[in-house]
Amino acid sequence: MAIVELKNVAKQYGSSSNNAVDNFNLVTRDGEFVVLVGPSGCGKSTTMRMIAGLERNTGGEILIGGKDVSQVPPKERDIAMVFQSYALYPHMSVAENMGFSLRLKKRPAEEIKQKIDEAAQTLGIEHLLDRKPRELSGGQRQRVALGRAIVRNPQVFLMDEPLSNLDAKLRVDMRAEIVKLHKRLNVTTFYVTHDQVEAMTMGERIVVMKDGEIQQIDTPINLYDFPANRFVAGFIGNPSMNFLRARHADGAVSGPGFAFTLDAAHTQAMASRRVVDVWVGVRPEHLRIGDAAGANRVEGTVDVVETLGAVTMVQLSVGEHVVTAQLPGHQTVRIGDTLTLTCDSDKLHLFDSESELAIGRESAAASSATAEA
Amino acid sequence: MKSQRFANTAMGVLAWVVALLIFFPILWLLLTAFKTEQQAFTVVPNFFFSPTLESFKTALAQGSGYWHYAWNSALTAVASTVIGLALAVPAAYAMAFYPNKRTDFLLVWMVSTKFIPAVGVLIPIYLVYSAVGLLDNALGLTLLFTAMNLPIIVWMVYSYFRDIPKDIVEAADIDGASIMQTLFKVVLPLALPGLASTGLLALILAWNESFWSITMTDHSAATLAVYIASFKSAEGLFWAKMSAASVLAIAPIIVLGWFTQRQMVRGLTFGAVK
Repeated sequence: MAIVELKNVAKQYGSSSNNAVDNFNLVTRDGEFVVLVGPSGCGKSTTMRMIAGLERNTGGEILIGGKDVSQVPPKERDIAMVFQSYALYPHMSVAENMGFSLRLKKRPAEEIKQKIDEAAQTLGIEHLLDRKPRELSGGQRQRVALGRAIVRNPQVFLMDEPLSNLDAKLRVDMRAEIVKLHKRLNVTTFYVTHDQVEAMTMGERIVVMKDGEIQQIDTPINLYDFPANRFVAGFIGNPSMNFLRARHADGAVSGPGFAFTLDAAHTQAMASRRVVDVWVGVRPEHLRIGDAAGANRVEGTVDVVETLGAVTMVQLSVGEHVVTAQLPGHQTVRIGDTLTLTCDSDKLHLFDSESELAIGRESAAASSATAEA
Repeated sequence: MKSQRFANTAMGVLAWVVALLIFFPILWLLLTAFKTEQQAFTVVPNFFFSPTLESFKTALAQGSGYWHYAWNSALTAVASTVIGLALAVPAAYAMAFYPNKRTDFLLVWMVSTKFIPAVGVLIPIYLVYSAVGLLDNALGLTLLFTAMNLPIIVWMVYSYFRDIPKDIVEAADIDGASIMQTLFKVVLPLALPGLASTGLLALILAWNESFWSITMTDHSAATLAVYIASFKSAEGLFWAKMSAASVLAIAPIIVLGWFTQRQMVRGLTFGAVK
């Protein structure tokens, strides 16, 4: 296990002005599970490949265990990687796949066998050691790929969307297994995914990326409660946050069909600004049925009602906006009804209408969006 | 239903007719080889005759040099195939797994060298070979065959390597394998069927080659192509002997092809269906 540091890491292809990755700064803790998440093309895989050494970083430094590895080839970085496609050697058996790296190092046969058996036992694949990859199911191949990485006993694990090729149920099971494995081995791990549910359930800290740049680095809960900008707010949380264009006046924000009173922190933050136009964000799960006379209200016509049993999803047309609400249990709301919703003021999020940065975050009792843990 | 049956039968008959038409020259060659010169020379085609081994005996006789020519054919074909593969594998490896802006151009350029008819470069190569002393020389002929086949070998090996996912090569890199180790322990075992069929194809092309064999050799390095041509002498055309000689020349390669046909088909269609 080791601390991994990325200082101003950047990746530029050719002479294009837009970097695939830019200004990437992160310092991990020893043994931390860090998730890189973001939409396709955000640079998360490229960043991981730079940590692995499969791509050269065109700017900045990468340190593993205090050592600068920018010029060091992958095989000497003491890392192990699990690929999205597993990348198992098709012509070798499971045992041979797992022992490949040790055979290359010319380790004694008994040591190789012992390490393979240990890893196989941890992953529950002892009965598969003599099979070839083509005889295995997706989940089994996954475990073999993990086993191959574990046997190396590296300083850093890198996992590039390892669960993407599995069906939904298996994905949920394997998620838990990987987390358990990490707790047991305590190796610094980087995990790339585009699925924010995976990110939220697995990561100790999450790096949200967009267009090659870090949007926010924080714990899952802090990303949920205190998103640093509108992108993170909309990306984390399912169903995603509602955004309404509003005008601010005297400690309240309002627009056609809605009005909210701001809490103390937001009022103070807005007081020092000249801006009048803002984005108001509120999560669907924080909206509940309210009355038309309340201080916080959103009113509109019901377009969609989705009954899921435990919750009911309702979509309203509010002025120019579409607002989604997650209401508990069964509801008697029907399409075409006029519905008034309310929420608590401290569940609101405000974002600058131009920079899209969160307003009033500074006063929140959260860890900052900078590099240190 | 009936019309479908009729159509199938008609297609079957047509297929047989086409096959026979294509096979006919070989069949005729085979028949003629067992005839006497007189039987071979009749104007009306002669299908029924009592076969004789006379022509074969002459073709294989001590003075004919068959074994000498056969040895040269085998030597140059095998050597050029081995050298060709040895050169093509590293080239294909680089182009398949580490392509850059120039890769496509290189591949097209290689194929373009085959656009020139051999006769167009005959004079310059002849003069160079003459100056360097490679005329009528097994090494000289081998080099020509290698150069002739290299574009094809590189292209085929490149396409087989491309079928191997790059992930696997990267995984081997991370596992600690050097390029040579990755090549021998991971890539080559996976590409073996493709390499085998490429090798077979190169072997066949070199064995059947006649233009350079005839123009660049005299006797010492002459191959079976020269042997067959030698029966077309100033004294006249000896059809039966020529046929016998031809049969003896193509027999080895046809036998090899027959026993490896499954391998060849598998290799040639390897990447077609994913």
